[in-house]
Amino acid sequence: MFSTPATPGVLGVFSHLDTTLDAIKKLRAGGFDDFTVYSPIPRHEIEDALGAPVSPVRMFTLIGGIAGCSVGAWLALWMSEDWPIVVGGKPVGSIPPYVVIMFEMTILFGALSTILGILLNTLYARRRAGTILYDPRFTNDRFGIFVPAGSDKASTAERVLRDAGVDEVRRG
Amino acid sequence: MAETRPGNTRVTYDYVTRTIARTLGTPSRGYFLLLAAAVALLGIGIITLLFLLRYGLGLAGYSHPVYWAVFITCFVFWVGIAHSGTLISAILFLFRSGWRTAVYRTAEAMTVFAVMTAGLFPLIHIGRQWYFYWLIPYPNERGLWPNFKSPLIWDEFAIGTYFTVSTLFLIMGLIPDIAAVRDLATGWRKKLYAITSIGWTGSNEQWRHYTRGYLYLAALATPLVLSVHSVVSWDFAMAVVPGWHTTIFAPYFVAGAIYSGCGMVITLLTPIRKIFGLEEIITVKHFENLAKLCLLTGSIVGYAYACEYFLAWYSGSTTERAAFWYRAFGSYWWATWTMIICNGFLPLLLWSKTIRTNITALFVISIFVNIGMWFERYVIIVVSLAGEPFTKWTNAVYNPTWADWGIMAGSFGWFFMWFLLFVKNFPAVSISEVKEVLAPPRRGHARAVGGGTGGPH
Repeated sequence: MFSTPATPGVLGVFSHLDTTLDAIKKLRAGGFDDFTVYSPIPRHEIEDALGAPVSPVRMFTLIGGIAGCSVGAWLALWMSEDWPIVVGGKPVGSIPPYVVIMFEMTILFGALSTILGILLNTLYARRRAGTILYDPRFTNDRFGIFVPAGSDKASTAERVLRDAGVDEVRRG
Repeated sequence: MAETRPGNTRVTYDYVTRTIARTLGTPSRGYFLLLAAAVALLGIGIITLLFLLRYGLGLAGYSHPVYWAVFITCFVFWVGIAHSGTLISAILFLFRSGWRTAVYRTAEAMTVFAVMTAGLFPLIHIGRQWYFYWLIPYPNERGLWPNFKSPLIWDEFAIGTYFTVSTLFLIMGLIPDIAAVRDLATGWRKKLYAITSIGWTGSNEQWRHYTRGYLYLAALATPLVLSVHSVVSWDFAMAVVPGWHTTIFAPYFVAGAIYSGCGMVITLLTPIRKIFGLEEIITVKHFENLAKLCLLTGSIVGYAYACEYFLAWYSGSTTERAAFWYRAFGSYWWATWTMIICNGFLPLLLWSKTIRTNITALFVISIFVNIGMWFERYVIIVVSLAGEPFTKWTNAVYNPTWADWGIMAGSFGWFFMWFLLFVKNFPAVSISEVKEVLAPPRRGHARAVGGGTGGPH
């Protein structure tokens, strides 16, 4: 959220997906593991090459959904009991009509907490990476890899990127 | 998309970004004329609403026993319009339909604005808008709570959830695209898009959480969209009015909603494609697929009509039979037959490929779909009430007045105003998702694979 000091490193700009994937594999083989890959679109190949675990957002969705369902049930049941009106001798808190409320609240809370999960997780990742180099072409048609590296490892990283067929390299 | 034009090298990532970003440039005169027309219609609606506030709902054509009339008709109509947006954006996403990418943003924006429009009608209908918060369960000095057994309360929860979730879904989809536009823009627009893209860079971590979250939102929106119009249908089906009280209503309403929504998507996409020159991105193939959805859902609607009449006869219930006889041959026969012709027979034209691939023909048909679906709701609501066989002596011939039409005109103005402002200020076609169905740029061209195999589709 607030800019952290710039992380030193090397930024490579790629025009092709296959060269990007190649660079990811070579970087991982070379012992680099906390680099950032930019791409204009999500690609499974990139995720697979990075070997990242499944996003924890799904836990947010699950917990939000269960919470929503419970809140829906509580809302309808408690409010009925709080002002009981008996109609035709039927139960004051009857489950079938309340399923609708529980269902809608499941969706509402599930969706809200999914959004929260995405925000918190990306924010956390961003904080961890710090302020790193970026290029506006990454949202258009270029792929990019930023390798955080001090002066000692920067030239190794640069060599790996050039090996894979990078178009441009910048140091930051 | 890519699979429709495998040899087209003109459509690259860069072409997609620039073509779609161009829609945000200086608008043409046609755009301003449309916007002015929308605002004028909205003005009519606002003036009518002021009259309704000053003199009361008596200005509308309510007459016993028809106390649900044009406002509720419009409410159901607009909620229905919303549905195909979520169908295209969420359900087709789960089905991995690549073609949705070019049209889903428009459809989704349509959803949000249609729900915004629909939400106004219950408020106008209650007459005293400043008490709208009585619908919300809040602790009050009388210790009262809403009746959770009432379908009207279910409806409030369903529509509220639908509006929230579809808005979130729209904004979620917009973020990577706003970032793409941000990186091309200059000046104040760059600042605006920098804030609204909330720091999107397209990094692997962002995509990892984003694609997962998007998947779950789609998975939540799918049952939601089916539930919303089911709940709307229960507003009627839970009552004992003949013509309303049937179990077929939920699937019948959902199919009708998607049918009308697909019609509205075609109505909206045709001018947008022309005005902004998006012919390469929104192709005839997309229109054809929308037409096929219309054909499918229109056929379900036609089948439901037949079912309703058959069951009214087969039930042997005299009130039910009388209600349906009144519907087809009573004072409102013209509304019923408009609905049957537009929704039952007109979509059958779409069996012809020549018509499905003719955009002018589709545009004309889509207008009739909209008219037919408005009349469907009018017939279900007004005609069922007017023809209630157990209150024969009170049957009134209900006629909408200028106040009903004024509010309805205002709702179209309200909807189109938001829609036109949206397509001008935000990418009306998804930039990143259109790219997903293109073959990615590869150095080794021999290994290039077709589109749609790598993205989250």
